[in-house]
Parts: sequence; C-alpha cells; structure tokens
Amino acid sequence: MPNTRVAPDFLALPLDRLADAALTVARTRGATYADFRIERLRSQTIVARDRELQTSVDGESVGFSVRVVCKGAWGFAAGIDLTTDAVASVARRAVEVAESLAPLNTEPVTLADEPAYTDTYVSRYEIDPFAVAEDEKINFLLSLNDRALASKRIDRVTSYVMLVREQKFFASLAGSRITQQRVRVKGDLEAVRIDKSTGAFETMGSAAPPAGRGWEYFTKVHDFSKDADDIPALLEEKMASPSVTPGRYDVVIDPTNLWLTIHESIGHSTELDRVLGYEANYAGTSFATLDKLNTLQFGAPMMHVTGDRQIEHGLSTVGYDDEGVAAQTWDIIRDGVLVGYQLDRQMAHKQGFGRSNGCAFADQSGRVPLQRMPNVSLSAGTKPITLDDLLAGMDEGLYIVGDKSWSIDMQRDNFQFTGQKFFQVRGGKIVGQVKDVAYQSRTTDFWNAMEAVGGPSTYLLGGAFNCGKGQPGQIAPVTHGCPAALFRRINILNTAQEGQ
Amino acid sequence: MIALHDTIERVLRLSKADACTVIARRVAGVNIRWAHNTVTTNGDADEAQLSIVSIIGRRVASVTRTHFPPEQLEDMVRESEAACAKRPDAPDYMPLPDAAGDPADWGAPPADADIHVLDPLVPQLRTLYDQARSAGIATFGYAESQTTTTLLATSTGVRRRHTERIGKVDITAKTPDFARSSWVGQVTHDFLDVDLGVLFDTLQQRLAWSAQRIDLPAGPYEVLLEPSCAADLAIAAYWFMTRRDADEGRSPFSRPGGGTRIGDRLFGDITMYSDPAEPAIEAAPFCHGVDSGGASSVFDNGLAIARTEWVRDGILQDLITPRYWAAKIGSVVPAPYVNNLIVPGEGPSMPEMMAQTDRALLITCFWYIRTVDPQTALVTGLTRDGVFLVERGEVKGAVNNFRWNMSPIAALAQATQIGRSGMAVPREHDEFLRAKAPALRIARFNMSSVSEAS
Repeated sequence: MPNTRVAPDFLALPLDRLADAALTVARTRGATYADFRIERLRSQTIVARDRELQTSVDGESVGFSVRVVCKGAWGFAAGIDLTTDAVASVARRAVEVAESLAPLNTEPVTLADEPAYTDTYVSRYEIDPFAVAEDEKINFLLSLNDRALASKRIDRVTSYVMLVREQKFFASLAGSRITQQRVRVKGDLEAVRIDKSTGAFETMGSAAPPAGRGWEYFTKVHDFSKDADDIPALLEEKMASPSVTPGRYDVVIDPTNLWLTIHESIGHSTELDRVLGYEANYAGTSFATLDKLNTLQFGAPMMHVTGDRQIEHGLSTVGYDDEGVAAQTWDIIRDGVLVGYQLDRQMAHKQGFGRSNGCAFADQSGRVPLQRMPNVSLSAGTKPITLDDLLAGMDEGLYIVGDKSWSIDMQRDNFQFTGQKFFQVRGGKIVGQVKDVAYQSRTTDFWNAMEAVGGPSTYLLGGAFNCGKGQPGQIAPVTHGCPAALFRRINILNTAQEGQ
Repeated sequence: MIALHDTIERVLRLSKADACTVIARRVAGVNIRWAHNTVTTNGDADEAQLSIVSIIGRRVASVTRTHFPPEQLEDMVRESEAACAKRPDAPDYMPLPDAAGDPADWGAPPADADIHVLDPLVPQLRTLYDQARSAGIATFGYAESQTTTTLLATSTGVRRRHTERIGKVDITAKTPDFARSSWVGQVTHDFLDVDLGVLFDTLQQRLAWSAQRIDLPAGPYEVLLEPSCAADLAIAAYWFMTRRDADEGRSPFSRPGGGTRIGDRLFGDITMYSDPAEPAIEAAPFCHGVDSGGASSVFDNGLAIARTEWVRDGILQDLITPRYWAAKIGSVVPAPYVNNLIVPGEGPSMPEMMAQTDRALLITCFWYIRTVDPQTALVTGLTRDGVFLVERGEVKGAVNNFRWNMSPIAALAQATQIGRSGMAVPREHDEFLRAKAPALRIARFNMSSVSEAS
C-alpha cells in the first residue's frame, strides 16, 4: 500500500506560525513578492566493501529560508533556529540583501502569475526507508557482496544504498500553503576483477537506476541478487574481450545508458536559464537558443521528448515546485523539432511564455531555488519494437549497456560517454563483448542519427541523484525515461589508445 | 542555541559508549551572483551541524543533525549508541588518538560570517557593470565568502578547533553574441585584495585577442596551462591517490605484481604536497568526519595532520593512508587526506613563458573533467572560455575549444616548463579553493575533438 501521509513530526513543527512571522516582515517592509520555505532532509548512505561494512552515515538537516523581491531585486536569507524571532530576523536580512543590491539591478524582477494553493503532496512509495531497521539494510548489502564474491571470478565488490526523505513546507505572500514529502532511493553493486600480474583491472556495475520509491525498490522492484549473480561472469568476459577498433559504428543504446545522454544533451540544453546566459559563469549556456525554438531539427522525426514533474516514481516529480507552481507535463521536442524549454516564474515572464512550467528547485533550505531540470524523457515508439528487433537492424555494431563516464561541453554540444558493457553485434546477433569503448558526438548530429526507437517493452526510467548546477552549487535528483534506440555511424573511440 | 563547545561537553557527559567523538560545525556564508551586468540571486545562509560518533567495542555509528536543541541531545546520543548494537565490527577500528591539550580558543564563540564582507565589492560591481556596458561586454559572475568553525572533541580528551574564512570571485565576460568569451577567478579572504578593474582588464585583453578567430583541428598540441588548469590536473591526480586502492591493485598507482608505485618517477619534474599550515590556504590541521572509506576513517578523528609530500621531483612519495590501513599493511606511516594541494614552482611568469614560445595553445581553464579509465588515470575534459594560439611569442588569436582525453599524471609528467606558483582557482574543482599551482608548459596534450562551444 502506498504511503500517503506526511510524517506527523514534520507537521508538528510550527509551520504556519513561522510562515506568518516571515511573510509579515516581508509585507511590512515593502516586498512585492515573498516566500517562506522550511525543509527537512533526512539521508542515509550505507556502503559495504567486500565482506565488511565500510560506513553508514545518517544525517538530518532542518532549516528555513525567506526569499523576497524588494525594489525589483531578489533578496534571500536562510537560518536554522525555528523560532518566530529568528525567522523574523532572517526575513529582515532578506529584505536588506535585496535593498542593498537593488541599485545594481537593471532588470526589475517580475514573476509569471500562478494561483495560490493550499495542498499536501506525498510521492508514491510503499516503505519509508527510514522505518526499516538498519541491520536489515546492512545485511542486504553484505549478502549481495557475499553472493558476488562467491563466484571467484571477481576480486572485489562494493555495494551501497543511498536513501533520502525530503519534506518541504512552502508559503507565499500570494497565499499558498503547500506541504510535500518525497522519498527517493539509489543503490548499486560494483565488482572489480584484477590481474595482479599485469596490473590490469576492470570494473562493472549493476546499472540499477535510482527511483522515487521506498525500500520496496530493493526487495521487490530491482533484482540486485540477479546482478550479483550475473556480473562476475560478464566482467570476466569483458576483461578477456578484445579492445575495440575505433571508428564509425551503428549502435543500439540501452536505456540504462541512454538516459544519461538525454540528461546531458537534451535536459541541460533546454534549460531556459542556461539559454539566457544565467549560468554562463558556471554550468554554461546552450546551443539551443531562443531563435531556434520551433525550427531546430534537434533529432530524427520519430523523436518526441517531454518535460514533466508528474511521472510516477520520477525523481523530479513533485506536487508543486519551489515557487508554488503546480506540476505539469509539456513537450520539449516534437517530431524531432525543439518546441519547448524548462521555465521558472521569472524567466517565463521575461520571455513571454506566460505561465511557468514549474521547474524551480532548491536542494536544501539554505539555497535559492533555481531553474532545475524536470523529468526529461524520450518517448517509446508506438510500434511494439523489441530490443531484438533493434539489434537485428545492425549487420555490424555495438550494443551499449549501463552508464559510466560522461562529459559534455559548456553549450551542451560536444559529448563523450562510456558504459558498463559493450556487446559486439554481427548479423543482428550478440557475439561477445569488447572493451575500452567511448562514444563521442555532437548533440544534434547524434539525435539526427537515431534511426529507430524501441517500443514500450524496452522503456525504462533512468536517472541521477546528483545533477549539479548553480553558484553556490546545488544538486538535484532527476529521472529520464527512454526506450532502447538505434543510431547509425556513431564515432567510437578506443579509450586505451586515447591520451597515448 | 547554546555555545557549540558547551554542546559538545554535554554530549560527552551524556555518552555511555566506550568512546565518543563529537564534531560541531558552524558555517556562515554570503554571496552575490550576477548575469548580463545585473545582479540575480544573492543571499546569506547560516548553518550548524552536530555529529556524534559512538564507539562500543569495535563497533561504531554516527548521527548528524542540524537541529540540536539541548533537550534533544540525549536522544541523539542514545540513537548513535543504539545503532552500534546491531552493526558488525568496524574494519577500520583503531583506538582514538590521544589528547594533545586544549586549544586556547576552545571556549570562544564560533566565528561569524561578516555579512558586510562583500560591501567593498558593491561599488566595484557598479563600476564593473558600467565599464562593461560601455565596452559592449556582458559579464557574469559570482562572489562568495564562507566562514567555517569546526570543533572536535573526543572522550579520550582530544580538543581541536579550526576556523577558516575563504571566498572567491570569478567572472565570465562575453560579447553580446556570445561568440567570444573569457574568464578570470581569484581566491580571497576578505575581498580587500580584489580589484575588479584589474580583473576586467584581463577579461578585456582576452576578448581583444579573440577578435581574430583561428580554427584548428583536433590532435596533439604543446600547451601553456594557466594555474587554474594546472591545479585542476593536480587535483584530478590527487583523487586517485588512495593507498588502499593501490595496494588492492585497483589504482593507477598499483604496481603490476603487487604493491604500489611509490618510489617510481611518474610525474616528470613536478612536486606536489599538502600542508595545513600553507600560508593563505590553511586547512584544518586535524582529521574530522563521519565517513569511513579507503581514504578516511572515523577513528582518525582528531588526529593531527602534518605536511605531506605526495610527489617530489616527479617521484611518488606517499598516498593517502588512514591509520587502519597503515596498521593493516604494516611498516607504513599514516598519511591522512589534507584539504589543500600545492604544486610549487619558481619559474617564469606566464607572459615570460609566452614570450619563449614558438607555437603552443594557451589555455585559461578546463571544464567537465571526468574519469574515463581508472587503470590508466585517463580523464576527459574540455577547454572553456579562452584558448589562444601563441606563435613566436605572440598571441595570434582565439582558437576553437577542444575536448581532450589525457591522464593528469601523464600530462604533469610531460611538463617541460614549470612557472611561478601562486593561488589558483581550479574551474572544474570549483569548491577546492585551497590550491596553489604554477603555469605549466606541457609538451603534448591530446585534443580529441573540436568543441564549437563559445
């Protein structure tokens, strides 16, 4: 049964009283916009290395922030003391910050309209991971490691779980009062095979995606035991496999790898704050500039990409964003053409998009909400194309599974990715593995080289816990759903030869 | 909120564990961010954190909270002790370090962030924006100051305290069409040494160099690396320097057949060291943390950290080694992680190095560096906001950006000229502000493909 209740001890905090204290100060000091946010973030990371518990770290942060617009400028301040006096003081500080910097501001802040809401949202999960006894979690990891090491084909194994429960309360001068609770989990198992005589070693991970789920993810959803059973033989085979010959290859990319390419090349390039230059000093800008909206052939005609904050079990799924905007779903790429961006309220107004599509997010109470990535997903094809069908479309090619290394330039164009497993395909059939593979391309070249997308049977939700952006730096969790897909003549590098 | 040192002492009195470590941190920061010559998001934040590490037998557990009123302290202590009961023995168990006397400022209040520390910058920003608009240049930047006070105490009597205040300003300047771009960064402690006019002059000079665009293909190039790039490479190499990984055969510093490559000349003529007392980039002189791993152990909390030479004249001297691992492999002195890194150099300035150049690429900063192959330490990355062709001692123009694939160890080993070391802002490892590095001339740097980003 899914959990539908916000934890009572969060609701027991004086949420409304503190919000009133902050918003009263903001109103009386002349703020034209103000919001107040309390956030409690519980996290746990447990790592088992070989047959030992390496670490288990349990943390909880609680704090609040006040964000205002005064004299046309943003002001933000955050504190930790959950008393009305402290909140009022921080609210005054936020106003001071705005007023002191207003003379430097040449673009008065105006936000896109959004109705006020009074609501509660709880993400869809069954078992609160913090209600599970710690020794159960530890034993889960140690048993995985035992299982993998039993094969004798690997030398080392590390497994971990990362567990997060996020609770937020948002109130605004406009009248919103929103309480939300989200849970997300991530886990992996990575094996190492070492040839001590030569110094060579290879690694292989489980490619298990993180998910907006509870502890049930580890017991019912992803089969980590199968990973522990399968990886040793696959890793042994990989280590003995030939090093890839660099060149142009047809490739089928599994969703366990393709999600990351979507994240870096589509997700980030369609962030409107990057397009407008607001990240020029840090995360970078974008090649997908405003003049290309509705004209840029981003990818092949069968390419359809949505942004959403609503998909079940999505890591970016919310009821409302951190500016009080209700969750939505919209098109980013339709029939291969760029048709949409990710927006927050300020940029939606500035560029005449009307309403924000709800992409504001702050990773903790002490950080300013930024335009952050929603779930950005490549739709599966409508035809029931299977993975075997896609592989059958290659006479000579590679099937790439699992994400590993990634890097992309500051305009989200030139990229390079590796993977966990690279299967050699001949005559449409897998004939073995190769190693030392990276694929390198430019964003629109790559997506226009996509010839086919798999059907629903190949679809998977991938994602990340740690998408970085902003100064000071923030991380955000995000999901990317996608099918397997076939690409023609992609540039394959041999990583053992690079840098020689 | 009660004083942090009082909180710590209360926790120690409440503890029923065999041993206990308490770490309290207060972090206060202020920042200004801007884009297109106008401020965007700005603010300040005040945070505190209390970690209780309980040790019962050879088992250990920690609890960390940011909200820790006096009435909740006992619950935190009992929670960490209860967590010990169901854990297996810690593989990194060691007796806690012995006491070394209380620091004189143990009972002093934590250092506050000076919320006015950025005040000197505000009129400078106004001037910068005016100058930039007049010159038809858009500037984008960020300035921050952060003050962190860390207090650590153990049931064995250790009392440690460290306060650090550090900040930075970094600026990207672009032409209105975003076709040309340049970047500068500076680490500072009080912003009194920040002259935005000087930084803007550098940005303008580089944009002026960019008026001439030169397209070059991928391939190996001799490169002149600004200290920012050299620091990024050194830090990338530092992240591989875990002794346990090397001993286990899963590191570029593993020796085929077993053991490590300590004693091998892997870094050409480069020296790299860390020193918590290094002027201007002082780091905590003791271990503190709640996480155990290959490079750290909670049982080392409070352990004094000294200067550690990782590489001397190109020869690998040491690798990060917690006490438990030193004890396990025997005959090895522990070498804890230190939160700063210095690549010394007494050579020429960058202008002097440019003047001595026949043909090379001058690179101002790197971006998006990621490990590709841990066995060879191959990493990939990109150039960003400023690549210039230098021929016969002069800048000929701006070159397109590149994606590169290179081992930082191999790159540093190919340094044929080491410039004068100074404070560096590594663009990729942007939160690692405690670095000193020289400009470097690298004989052969592998540019794997062209990046059209500008």
